[in-house]
Amino acid sequence: MKVPLSWMKEYVPVELPAEEIARRLTMAGVEVTGIERTHTWNGIIVGHVRSVRPHPNADRLRLVTVDRGSAGEIEVVCGAPNVAEGQRIAFAGVGADVIDGHTGKASKLKAGKIRGVESPGMVLSEKELGMSGDHEGIVVLDPAAPVGRPLSEVLGETVLDLELSPNRPDCLGVLGVAREVGALVGLGATEPALGYRESGPDAHSLARVTIEAADLCPRYTATVIRGVKVGPSPNWLQDRLRALGERPVNNVVDATNYVMFELGQPLHAFDFDLVAGRHVIVRRARSGEKLATLDGVERTLTDEMLVIADPERAIGLAGVMGGANSEITERTVNVLLESANFHAVNNRKTARGLGLASEATVRFEKGLRAGLAEVGLRRCVGMILEVAGGDAARGVIDEWPGRGNEVNEIFLTQQRVQAVLGVEWPAAQVVNTLRSLGFEPVPALAAAGGQGAAMGDRSASWSVRVPYWRPDITIPEDLCEELARVIGYDQIPQTVVSGRVPRWEPQAGLNLREKVRDALVAAGIQEMISYTATSERNEERVRLSEKTPGHVKLANPLSADWAVMRRTLRENALRTFSDNARTWRGPVAMFEIGKVFLDHGEGLPEEREMVVGVLGGLRSETHWAGEQTRLDFFDAKGAVEAVLEALRVEGAFSPGADSTLAAGRVAAVTSPRAGGLRVGIVGEVDPQVMTAFGIDAGPVAMFELDLEALGKAVDASRSSASPYKPFGRFPASPRDLALLLDDGVPAGEVLRMIERNRLVASASVFDVYRGKGVATGRKSLAVRVVYQAADRTLTSEEVDAAEKSILNALSSQLGAELRK
Amino acid sequence: MTEPLPTTDLKQLSEDALSALQVLDTSDPGAVEKWRVEFLGRNGRLTTVLRGLGALPAEQRREAGAAANSLKEQLEQRLEEKRTQTLAAQAARAESLDISLPGRRMRRGRLHPSTQIIREICSAFNEMGFQTVEGPEVEWERYNFDLLNIPRDHPARDKWDTIWIEQPESRRPPDGQRILLRTHTSPMQGRVMERQQPPVRVIVPGKCYRFEATDATHEWQFHQVEGLVVDEGVTFADLKGTLYEFARRIFGANRRVRFRCDFFPFVEPGVDMSIDCFGCDGKGCRICKNSGWIEIMGAGMVHPKVLAAVGYDTARYTGFAFGMGPERIAMLRYGIEDIRHFFSNDLRFLSQF
Ligand SMILES: [Zn+2]
Repeated sequence: MKVPLSWMKEYVPVELPAEEIARRLTMAGVEVTGIERTHTWNGIIVGHVRSVRPHPNADRLRLVTVDRGSAGEIEVVCGAPNVAEGQRIAFAGVGADVIDGHTGKASKLKAGKIRGVESPGMVLSEKELGMSGDHEGIVVLDPAAPVGRPLSEVLGETVLDLELSPNRPDCLGVLGVAREVGALVGLGATEPALGYRESGPDAHSLARVTIEAADLCPRYTATVIRGVKVGPSPNWLQDRLRALGERPVNNVVDATNYVMFELGQPLHAFDFDLVAGRHVIVRRARSGEKLATLDGVERTLTDEMLVIADPERAIGLAGVMGGANSEITERTVNVLLESANFHAVNNRKTARGLGLASEATVRFEKGLRAGLAEVGLRRCVGMILEVAGGDAARGVIDEWPGRGNEVNEIFLTQQRVQAVLGVEWPAAQVVNTLRSLGFEPVPALAAAGGQGAAMGDRSASWSVRVPYWRPDITIPEDLCEELARVIGYDQIPQTVVSGRVPRWEPQAGLNLREKVRDALVAAGIQEMISYTATSERNEERVRLSEKTPGHVKLANPLSADWAVMRRTLRENALRTFSDNARTWRGPVAMFEIGKVFLDHGEGLPEEREMVVGVLGGLRSETHWAGEQTRLDFFDAKGAVEAVLEALRVEGAFSPGADSTLAAGRVAAVTSPRAGGLRVGIVGEVDPQVMTAFGIDAGPVAMFELDLEALGKAVDASRSSASPYKPFGRFPASPRDLALLLDDGVPAGEVLRMIERNRLVASASVFDVYRGKGVATGRKSLAVRVVYQAADRTLTSEEVDAAEKSILNALSSQLGAELRK
Repeated sequence: MTEPLPTTDLKQLSEDALSALQVLDTSDPGAVEKWRVEFLGRNGRLTTVLRGLGALPAEQRREAGAAANSLKEQLEQRLEEKRTQTLAAQAARAESLDISLPGRRMRRGRLHPSTQIIREICSAFNEMGFQTVEGPEVEWERYNFDLLNIPRDHPARDKWDTIWIEQPESRRPPDGQRILLRTHTSPMQGRVMERQQPPVRVIVPGKCYRFEATDATHEWQFHQVEGLVVDEGVTFADLKGTLYEFARRIFGANRRVRFRCDFFPFVEPGVDMSIDCFGCDGKGCRICKNSGWIEIMGAGMVHPKVLAAVGYDTARYTGFAFGMGPERIAMLRYGIEDIRHFFSNDLRFLSQF
């Protein structure tokens, strides 16, 4: 909505600068997003012509003495025929920016001699001001224009650009904004006059209105003006519409638009002689009914749309656009003027359904009050009489089936204001503030309302009448906001919320997730967050299991790349890896914790929280002392181990298979304590999958954990013994074993078997070797075994015996032999 | 026959030992040992002198003994000094560390900047008794709009351009409810209040989605953090004070806040909160577009219709709600120029936080 300040000031005599008006409106919720000035003149002021005398050397020129206010008087040469003593004129001193009257080019005014006389300035024409091409004479200003002030204060327009929230259609009229400003600066706004001469016969004797669809048309007011003279509007009216970016049409149509932009009530004028039977019928369209609208397009209507019709045909699309068949033309003599109230949702659906956005719909769709219809009608009749003449009928036709359906009065107590805002404002301040906005608070008996009665006499209470232009005010809380935004939010105290703190509920899943996040970050892995939507084709690249439930599909995706919700985090992880591998020189080790979306065929989809990590590239950023090895499976496994350790979950790794990962290089992660529940997977990405993502250097290791399963594993571990064990105070005896084994025997098996001996405190592999000196198909495993007892120092005989028994077991069960 | 006086012997011994030390290479253990054996050893010259003391009268013997011991101490001290000097000289000669070389660091991981800000916001409110709860991202229209006083076909819905989920006719529930990607975290208001009675005090972080073309300041996916308080006697003054307290914790203890009227259908009165710019302390700069103020969040008193929709007694209970965008806060705080960085996962971006 655009609000020309000169227009607004017709209703409220505010003298504040535009910026200050904008600031106050914005703080009060009527947001001003811009201030446009149609002209900004530099160095041009209002001057007063004190005297005019002939030029000594030229008949057509004259010498004019101009009063510049505080800058004093000055004499300049002027060639305009219309310059005269006593005029207020636009004066440019030396250095001002003006348009050259002959060439039309912008330039800085220089002092000069004209026919031998010095002229340190100039009295300007419209052309020289850049306002039009008129160079016939000088611009003569209003005699009240303040001498010495910048010209932009009296000529040209300042327009506020408003971005309104949908609850304030009243500010879709200049008067509505003026009322706001009036309340905010404490001036009050003047309402336009609604009276006019009713010189014609009774409106009811001329026309008839029938509302057949009362649910969609709560009120319809109309009247007839006979004998209008259709033609162009006067300049002032055309100028006002142009300032709003509207194209003037003719005086009758311009009057309806003017009133819409003034009051916010859309109106429509019909050529009364084209309304068959002089009978207006408001009804639903018939399915497939056709109507050519004013824009010349033939529309096919549905039975959900509301039309204005005569007994023979539709003549307008109610509250959206008039019909071409009843349009006002130069031949129009008699006018039927409509000002109605239409159902907001229906109006919006109709306009959207036909792709027809009109200024009328912008207002009706926000829900106008029925009271505004009659005000708009009366204002517009007066306007038409003024600009197009004619005789207005006596009275107006007013069909109002929705009367009584609106909230007109709200019961408000001082106690409610206190309960909502937390501040006790004096009753007089409440009353005055509401009045400034057009509300009429009438003191009510406390007994009239429940809450007031409970407070006894301490609380003042009012029945507040809502003005006809405010559809957004229906409950006491709405009035509280009116008070707060006018009095000021800074007038409300600040108290930190106190009172009861709700009962704490455990949030196991959330805590677990954050622990996992921290563990992975501590393990040196960077967190990432990606888009949760993808495309089926992109997702195919990770070769998800066919058993994965279906996709959640977007009905209106922003792009084909975001057509479905992801069912896996792997795709984003690999895509991200691929992107970063091109631009990042160090290791790429990243993880994401997020939801995947699985459609099980009914209700909302399952949202499962998953963890995915991807690791590859050089282990360390190029370092002066760094060994340059690449991240691999065991880095990913280490990350999983770090997570399990942080959660105090015992995990088991067993050979696994996964369609994204390379065969033979995958481990399933399970929780023995949770009955072998699978919590995740770790492995190296299959080379074909790498290729699909454009990754050319491997290995790329990946892990995936299911947070819900991890939660169950945590629960299962919690029921077991405390993680704390007293640590041995007796010395430990480390011994190293070099074992020869078949290549296929997992080291984990060996360690498990060694650790089964009750004197063994720990066992770890410190070397794996295949090759020279070791038979093909065999490997050498170096294991450090630490022997320790809780109650004594072990003798070397005891350790020897334990070692022997371990070797026996390894030999008989795993075919291991001691390497010589 | 006269024994030479021990003191004379000691003087000579001292001179000999020191001059020998002068040229001794203390880094050669053999040479050091040889010197020690010669002068201080079991059969060395000092011991010999001390042994000779036995023949002297008691008075003289005590004197000479003290002198001999003092000389022994002195010689050992000189040996130690010489050793230290040699080590330092050696160190200077040998490979010394260039301590300006970069340290050997553990690989570091970092939390995503959005996670960091969300954690900061949530813990500030957790400390004020708010419990963190989360809800689904694919949501019923009922929770995202209907229960929040945003009716279907109302222009108020225009503010939330929505991405809808494909829903075959067969999967529409009888009430015609549609499924969407939540456009804000506010649906949790209804979900939380439906399952519990006041007092309610929750903070809700999560991902949200809008049908919006992306550019440097618009993203179709983003995070939001929502807060909700409902109880007896909760007022706008509480809203102001609580959010002010939050602003101090996140943006600095001396921040000022400003409230401005704004419209959200699920609150009344509705406001947005700004803080005085941390870039310029309110004087005006690029961050605050020269206004001195930065808009941080929307807030308001919970609309009675929202309370009534979940069956709360609106005469008894009042509440306030607020919502803010972690990415916006991160952008302001770190001067990030393009919101699209957040989900592009470029390590050149992520590794900076
Ligand atoms: Zn600033």
